[in-house]
Amino acid sequence: MMVIILLLIISICISGGFLIAFLWSVKDGQYDDNYAAANRILFDQTKNKD
Amino acid sequence: MQVEKFRYDNRIPKLFLIATIFWGAVGMLAGLLIAFQLAFPALNFDLPFTTFGRVRPVHTNAVIFAFVGNGIFTAVYYSLPRLLKTPMWSNTLSKIHFWGWQLIIAVGATTLLLGYTTAKEYAELEWPLDIAITVIWVVFGINMFGTIFTRRERHLYVAIWFYIASWVTVAMLHIVNSFELPVSLLKSYSWYAGVQDALVQWWYGHNAVAFFLTTPYLGLMYYFLPKAAERPIYSYRLSIVHFWSLIFIYIWAGPHHLLYTALPEWAQSLGTAFSVMLLLPSWGGMLNGLFTLRGAWDKVREDPVLKFFVVAVTCYGMSTFEGPMLSLKNVNAISHYSDWTVAHVHIGALGWNGFLTFGMAYWLVPRLFSTNLYSKKMAAQHFWLGTLGIVLYAIPMYWAAFRSYFMMSAFTPEGQLQYQFIDVVQSMIPFYILRAIGGSIYLLGVLLMVYNLVKTAKQGSFLKFEEAEAPRLEKAYKPQPGTFWHAVIERKPTLLLVLSLIVVGLGGIFELIPTFLVKSNVPTIASVKPYTPLELQGRDIYIREGCYNCHSQMIRPFRYEVTRYGEYSKAGEFVYDHPFQWGSKRTGPDLARIGGKYPDSWHFNHMLDPESMAPGSVMPKYPWLFENKLDISTTNSKIHAMRKLGVPYPIGYEKEANEELKKQATDITNNLAKDKIKISSDKEIIALIAYLQRLGKDIKGEEKESLASK
Repeated sequence: MMVIILLLIISICISGGFLIAFLWSVKDGQYDDNYAAANRILFDQTKNKD
Repeated sequence: MQVEKFRYDNRIPKLFLIATIFWGAVGMLAGLLIAFQLAFPALNFDLPFTTFGRVRPVHTNAVIFAFVGNGIFTAVYYSLPRLLKTPMWSNTLSKIHFWGWQLIIAVGATTLLLGYTTAKEYAELEWPLDIAITVIWVVFGINMFGTIFTRRERHLYVAIWFYIASWVTVAMLHIVNSFELPVSLLKSYSWYAGVQDALVQWWYGHNAVAFFLTTPYLGLMYYFLPKAAERPIYSYRLSIVHFWSLIFIYIWAGPHHLLYTALPEWAQSLGTAFSVMLLLPSWGGMLNGLFTLRGAWDKVREDPVLKFFVVAVTCYGMSTFEGPMLSLKNVNAISHYSDWTVAHVHIGALGWNGFLTFGMAYWLVPRLFSTNLYSKKMAAQHFWLGTLGIVLYAIPMYWAAFRSYFMMSAFTPEGQLQYQFIDVVQSMIPFYILRAIGGSIYLLGVLLMVYNLVKTAKQGSFLKFEEAEAPRLEKAYKPQPGTFWHAVIERKPTLLLVLSLIVVGLGGIFELIPTFLVKSNVPTIASVKPYTPLELQGRDIYIREGCYNCHSQMIRPFRYEVTRYGEYSKAGEFVYDHPFQWGSKRTGPDLARIGGKYPDSWHFNHMLDPESMAPGSVMPKYPWLFENKLDISTTNSKIHAMRKLGVPYPIGYEKEANEELKKQATDITNNLAKDKIKISSDKEIIALIAYLQRLGKDIKGEEKESLASK
C-alpha cells in the first residue's frame, strides 16, 4: 500500500508540473504563431511538376 | 546561405506501399477464412495449420504488423524526407529495414501456422522473432534519427513528433512484454506469471493499439490530410495539446481489458479512469482532422482520397468514443468476452487504419508514377464497397454481443440458467455469416483498388528521384528573442524523444511496479500446486493449438457465470501459469473449472469430433492429436525452465519427471479403456486430457477441506 501512496504523490506532482507548464505556455502566448509550421508542409521544394 | 541540391528517393516508399497492400490482402483473406470457419466448422479442413486457433493469430498479426506496419513505414519514408528537406539518412538501412521486416512477417506467419506461439495476443511470435523485430526496429530508429539530425528544416512538424513517440513507445512495450525464457529454438515461457503476466500483456496489448495502430497513423493523418486537402491543419495549437495528452494518457488504459477479472481492484479502477479521460485527446485529434476540411467539403465530393480520409477520421472518432464507454465496468460486463470487442476493434482497423491507408495509396501512387489516377469512379466504388463492408461487419457483431449477453444471463423463474452455452453458439451463426459477407465486400473493394493502382502505375512512369534544393542549417542557431520553450522542443528531436519516453514511461511504471512489489496483490492459496509433467506438456499443446482464441480461463464474479462455470477465479490460482491463459473472447465456454466436470472419455470423443458430444458445436476437430506422439524429450528442459522462473519443482525433479509423466498417462489410458476406448498412452491427446482435467481442481480441493474443518 505504501508504494501506491508514494507513487500517487509522485505522479500527481509530475502531472501537476505538466499542467502548470502547459497553462503557463498558453498564457505566455507560445501558440500564437501556428501559421508558419502548418503551412510550410504544403510547399514541396521539388523541381518536378506535380 | 548556400543552397544545396539533393534528391528524394521514391524507391523505398514504393516498395513499402506494395508490401502494405499485398500483406493487407493476405491478412484480410486470413480474416475471411476464420470468419467463415466460425459459421462452417468444416472449413477448418481437419488440418493443424488451417485450424482457427492457428489462423486467427496469423490474421491479427498480419493486419497489425504487416498491413498497418508497412503502412506506417510507407508514410514515414515518404513524408519524413519532405518534411525535413533531406533524403533518408541511409539507403542501406532503408533496404535492411524493408527486407528484414518482410522476412519477419513471412517467417512469423509460417511459425504461427506450425504452432509456435507464445500465446500472448498480438505478441504471439516466438523469442527469436522477438529479437529480430527489436533489431529491425532499432535499424528503423537509427535511420529515422539520422534523417532528423541531418535535416535542413529546423522545425519538426507535428507528424514527426508522432513518429518519434510511436517509435520509442513500441520499443519499450515490445521489450518489456517479450521477457521470456527460451526452452528450445522456438519455444519459450513468459517471464511473468498469472496476474502479472496478464497486466503486462494488456499493458502491451492495448498500447499496441495505441502506439502502432493510432499514433503513427495520426502522424500519417497530419501529413497526408492537409496535403490532399491542400490546406493547413485546422489548429496547430490543438495538435500540440493533442500530442502530449494522448501519449500520456494512453499508456494507463491497459487494465480496461481485465475488468472484473482477478486483477487487483485498484489497477482496474486506474485503467477505467484513464480510459474515460482518453476520450478528450482522441476527439481533439479527430476534430483537428475534420475541421481541416472546413470550406473544402466541395472537394470531398469530388476527390476519392478525401472521401476515404473523412470516413477514416470519423471511424477514429467512433472507436475512441466507444473505447471509453467500453471501459466503464457496467458496460464492460456486457462486452467482455463477446463480439462487441471484435466489432470495436474492426471499426478501428477497417475504418481508421484501412481507409487512411487506402486514401494514402490513392494519393501516393499517381505522384510516384507522375500521372493521374486511372479511374476516379472505381476509387469511389471502392469507397462505397468499403463503407458498406464496415457497416455489414459491425452491426451483426453488436447485435450478436447483446444477444449472447441476454441469453447467457437469463434465468428461469426457478433459478436455473435458461440457456445452454450451445444454444448461444447456435444463435450466433447467422451473425457470423453476415459479418463474413461484410468482410468479403470490404475485401472486394481492396481488390478493386489493386486493379486501379496497377493500371495507374502502368499508364505512368516511375519517378525514382525527385530533385530538390534547400539551404543547409546554420550550425550556430540563435533563436529570435521572444521564442518560447515549446518552440524549442519542436526544434530538438532528442529532447522530444526523451520527453516522450518520460511521458509514456510514467503510466507503465505506475501500473507495473506495484503489481510486482505488493504481495497482497496476489494472495497465495495453499492448495494451488505446480502442474505435473504430463499436464505441463498438455498445457503446451493447448497453447500450440491456440485454444485461448476461443476459450477463456477466467470466471467473473457474476451470478450467471458462477452458476454456469463454477466458483469465480482468484488471483492466487494462476501463480504458476507462464504464460497466463485468461483469454479475451468466449466463442466456446470458459474452461477455468472444466477439470473433473466430464469423464476422460468425454474429452477424448470431444476432441476427435466435438459434434459427437455437443451437437451444434462449431469447434474444429483435432484428429492429429490422436496420431502425434507426445515429444517427451522436452520435459527435462521445460521443468528446468519453470523452476528458473520460480515454480517450486524440487531440485533434481527432471530425472523422475518422465517416469511420473508415463505413470499419469497410463492411468488416463486405463480410464479410457474402461469406456472401451483403445489408444496407446504416448499420444498428445492424453497430455491434453490430463491438462484439461486439472483445470480449476486445486481450489475445489480447498473448498472441501475448509468445509471438513468446520
